Amino acid sequence: MQAETKKVLLDPLVDNNPITLQVLGICSALAVTSQMSTSLIMSLALTLVTAFSSAGIAFIRNHVPSSIRIIAQMVIIASLVIVVDQLLKAFAYDISKKLSVFVGLIITNCIVMGRAEAYAMKNPPLESFWDGIGNGLGYSAVLISLAFVRELFGSGKILGFDVMPLVKDGGWYVPNGLLLLPPSAFFLIGLLIWAVRSWKPVQVEKPDFSINHAAHGEAH
Amino acid sequence: MPNTNQTQVMSDKFAGLVEKAKAYAEHILSLTNDSFEKTVAVAFALCLVGAVLVSGSAVILKPLQVSNKAADEKTNILEVAGMLEEKTNVEEAFKKFEPKIVDLETGDYVNDMNPETFDQRKASKDPALGVEIPSDKDIAKIGRKSKYAKVYLVKEDGKTKAVIIPVSGYGLWSTMHGYMALEDDGQTVIGLNLFDQAETPGLGGEVVNPKWKALWKGKKVYKEANEAGTDFQKKHHTEVGEPILTLVKGSVDPSKPGALHQVDGLAGATLTSNGVNNLIRYWLGSEGFAPYLAKFRAQRG
Repeated sequence: MQAETKKVLLDPLVDNNPITLQVLGICSALAVTSQMSTSLIMSLALTLVTAFSSAGIAFIRNHVPSSIRIIAQMVIIASLVIVVDQLLKAFAYDISKKLSVFVGLIITNCIVMGRAEAYAMKNPPLESFWDGIGNGLGYSAVLISLAFVRELFGSGKILGFDVMPLVKDGGWYVPNGLLLLPPSAFFLIGLLIWAVRSWKPVQVEKPDFSINHAAHGEAH
Repeated sequence: MPNTNQTQVMSDKFAGLVEKAKAYAEHILSLTNDSFEKTVAVAFALCLVGAVLVSGSAVILKPLQVSNKAADEKTNILEVAGMLEEKTNVEEAFKKFEPKIVDLETGDYVNDMNPETFDQRKASKDPALGVEIPSDKDIAKIGRKSKYAKVYLVKEDGKTKAVIIPVSGYGLWSTMHGYMALEDDGQTVIGLNLFDQAETPGLGGEVVNPKWKALWKGKKVYKEANEAGTDFQKKHHTEVGEPILTLVKGSVDPSKPGALHQVDGLAGATLTSNGVNNLIRYWLGSEGFAPYLAKFRAQRG
């Protein structure tokens, strides 16, 4: 049990990271990572939603008719996301304004659905809960590192505090405007995946098919 | 006692229902997962739980959310008037502000509407209170506008010191909503605060940067009588000309004529800058607050 908990918690950080290995949840990783503060709240929201929805789905997993399996998962996920959105609006109004629609879009985040379908439907609630936390943390790790690079080099700030004074405010740093636009996150994620897979070659996917040369093929 | 009897009967009935529900739940749980009855029952139960969760949180948190929104609005209005300091008590400071409803077409105050409850954004969507803007006149690209607008008069010692008008216009990604504060001459800008926007953070999103907002103070919206090219004024017999306050590329050269009507554009955000230009041209022009501001100036004397 202990080993299983540790495994589901720590594996998604690097070895089975939802973004770099499974390539899920990219959409929000592009959208909210131009600032650290929004990324942190988004990470927290997604981690909580994944954990609790996984636990909830695992709790009823033996009684979900397979024909309405996905819809049943969606109902649980969607309810939780709306509750999180309402909580943010009530207790973190400024942040919720910045995240605007992205909190709502957690409903369609592939990580939440992916964990529900792949893990929570087959495992007891407690493990599923930890699995959700683990995957949320894996997502958070990538999101926060992206946001760190984008905010630092895109606007010379970390969490809104000036780190590198900008030229337009009388400093010396010329910010890279591209980093503030969503496509830059694509490049950064690409580089990150490259880095992780060079470090852990196990993660490199096998080619889907290989070209048969005529010598070994049907030519005879 | 008939009353206790009744309660007794009620609670008996209730207990009976609970029993039945329990029995039914057990019956459902014992069915195979793919039976029709179980599918319907599970779907219904899940929806019920989800609905209770969602509506419960919405209802419980509503008062907090509404007060957040109102406080945010007030803070932004104080800020645009330059009256927000670190220790300002928002509620206290806001007592100096008098909300008024203005008929945009005539520029007169409307007294039979309650300014406290009037919501201009809702009104613009209301078929009775809002109008469609013809596309050739819709320079701020907002589609519809309310016939009435809610302005705030800043009073000090019984005198009107400033007026705050709501403005909105489309930038690159979003309609930017905010306020502009003008001095009692209806001409000199105190501030522009486009707090409600979803422009690119770091580029167009810099419309909320305090350093950029500070550039607006003291700028003049309209052409003045002593400036060249005042045909407009002669033609329309107004004290001031058309709104010519614009953002310029790069920085404003204060030595050049017309610098009073120029503000630095937003670096790397041409479309947001255009949006800001458009919303000023629209809302301070004759379609927007120009008739009101003319009367506002006349009343001052």
